[in-house]
Amino acid sequence: MKRVYVNEEWCLGCHLCEYYCAFANSHVNDMAKALKGKEIHPNIRIEEKGDISFAVSCRHCKDPLCVKSCISGALSIDDGVVRINRDKCVGCYTCVLVCPYGAILPSPSGVMQKCELCVENEGGMPNCVMHCPNSAIVFEER
Amino acid sequence: MKYVIIGNSAAAVGCVEGIRKVDGEGEILLISSEPHHTYSRPLISYLLMGKTDSERMKYRPEGFYERNACKTMLGRAVTKISPDSKKITLDDGSEVSYDKLMVATGSSPFIPPIAGYDKVKNKTTFMSLDDAKELESMLTTDSDVMILGAGLIGLKCAECLIGKVKSITVVDMAPRILPSILDADGAAIVQKHLEKCGVKFILEDSSSEFSENSAKLKSGKTVKFDALVMAVGVRPNISLVSECGGKVNKGVYTDEKCATSIKDIYAGGDCSESFDSALGDVRILALLPNAYMQGLTAGTNMAGGEAVYDKAIPMNAIGFCGLHIITAGVYEGDAYIKTDGENYKALFCKDNMLKGFILIGDVARAGIYTSLIREKTPLNTLDFELIKDKPQLMAFARKERKSRLGEEV
Ligand SMILES: Cc1cc2nc3c(=O)[nH]c(=O)nc-3n(C[C@H](O)[C@H](O)[C@H](O)COP(=O)(O)OP(=O)(O)OC[C@H]3O[C@@H](n4cnc5c(N)ncnc54)[C@H](O)[C@@H]3O)c2cc1C
Repeated sequence: MKRVYVNEEWCLGCHLCEYYCAFANSHVNDMAKALKGKEIHPNIRIEEKGDISFAVSCRHCKDPLCVKSCISGALSIDDGVVRINRDKCVGCYTCVLVCPYGAILPSPSGVMQKCELCVENEGGMPNCVMHCPNSAIVFEER
Repeated sequence: MKYVIIGNSAAAVGCVEGIRKVDGEGEILLISSEPHHTYSRPLISYLLMGKTDSERMKYRPEGFYERNACKTMLGRAVTKISPDSKKITLDDGSEVSYDKLMVATGSSPFIPPIAGYDKVKNKTTFMSLDDAKELESMLTTDSDVMILGAGLIGLKCAECLIGKVKSITVVDMAPRILPSILDADGAAIVQKHLEKCGVKFILEDSSSEFSENSAKLKSGKTVKFDALVMAVGVRPNISLVSECGGKVNKGVYTDEKCATSIKDIYAGGDCSESFDSALGDVRILALLPNAYMQGLTAGTNMAGGEAVYDKAIPMNAIGFCGLHIITAGVYEGDAYIKTDGENYKALFCKDNMLKGFILIGDVARAGIYTSLIREKTPLNTLDFELIKDKPQLMAFARKERKSRLGEEV
């Protein structure tokens, strides 16, 4: 299955992935309208220190601890993609407790949010990958 | 092959999913005393807060049993296991045979013997959907509620009543709240927060006698109430296994494959013990993720697959009125503590490993800490200053990061 992979050697630390992720998940057509003057809450986040930087988002583990641990049944695997049903999520943070990558984050509404590989938004390529200027984030089979 | 599962909660659901990963054909019969479709037990407090409803709190969606070709007998109790004839007896005396049996009976609330308890008219425990509905039916905005027990269940109950009733008083024998997961300083922060939200605490005290609407405490104080919630603790439901000769300690004994001491009988969840790999000893880990994973392991093995459950650790995520708490492992070894009075972080290190942690307030990415405990990652392979500062992948060596973010996991 195709997943998002990150190569820190090519990451410029430009944070564009964060903006494009937030845009894709805003369900607004105009980027300026979606993001300008707003605090963004992307599903992908850059870690940086000195000249090292890299993006972290859900790894879509083959045997995901978050899905096995979810106390409400809100997390599930759909064709290999770890999905969240935000209607069922109550924001208990058990997935934050168990995710080894720190890739599930609370959303402003209190329930959790995570990368779903843009399956709902773009249909093809995740938006972070599509707009990474240096191909530090790729979407491929490994 | 005929599989019979006793229970219908996290461990039972894990067992069904484990069996079906390996065996799509065998007959599965699930028997449980609660009459409901499988629901998430921890969500009963969220139900009373209106953050979920009876549809959304289903632990698996409508159609789960049909999709897994799983027959059910809900609202029926199993009274006896007969391992020699490989049969179980139901509450009406009828018998059902099995090839492989799963005991996922969970736990029951413990009610300490206190004089006058039977005189209390409005009382309940807080363990089930029916309990939650009963509690709700007892309350008005004018009610005074007393909760006995300042553990996880008692305080989740308190949280969901804030704003719905006139007063909430929590009484506990222990000197601090949440003693099973917090140290004294952490407990003080959470207590202060809950007090701000309107919960009253009486600690280091306990009820010596009840009358219909009040409790006399050992200290001489009296607490008046319109409804009483008993939340002093739970006891594993072990009697089915102990009465048929299976090994039990505090909970049902199980090995790494979640098999009991009796051939073809497996167990998991709150009724059973697991090996706590952080502690290095067996104990009951009465937690939903643990129950599911034990059930999954048992089911896989029952159906002839191979699975072991060997990475269990105590771990908790809980929150009260917006204040989040995440804890894991055991609190042994050198402590590194940082607090600003509202946020609190304690890391416990021993033998070059992270053994446990407490995070209150800022809990972001706590799972990175949890995985260090579970995987027993040697701390000298990390940048410890970075990991102390916050959970982050930057603390790992470049090669390790490359495999975590650049390979299939
Ligand atoms: C209010 C509350 C909040 C909680 N919050 C959390 C939380 O935030 N995180 C967390 O990890 N855990 C939490 N827990 C604990 C969690 O709910 C349990 O660990 C989990 O439900 C255990 O699942 P189980 O399958 O072992 O058993 P249970 O959920 O206890 O279910 C056992 C089932 O077996 C049935 N049964 C028992 N005996 C028989 C019999 N003889 N015949 C037929 N059926 C029988 C029972 O009726 C019951 O339906 C909470 C619990 C409560 C009560």
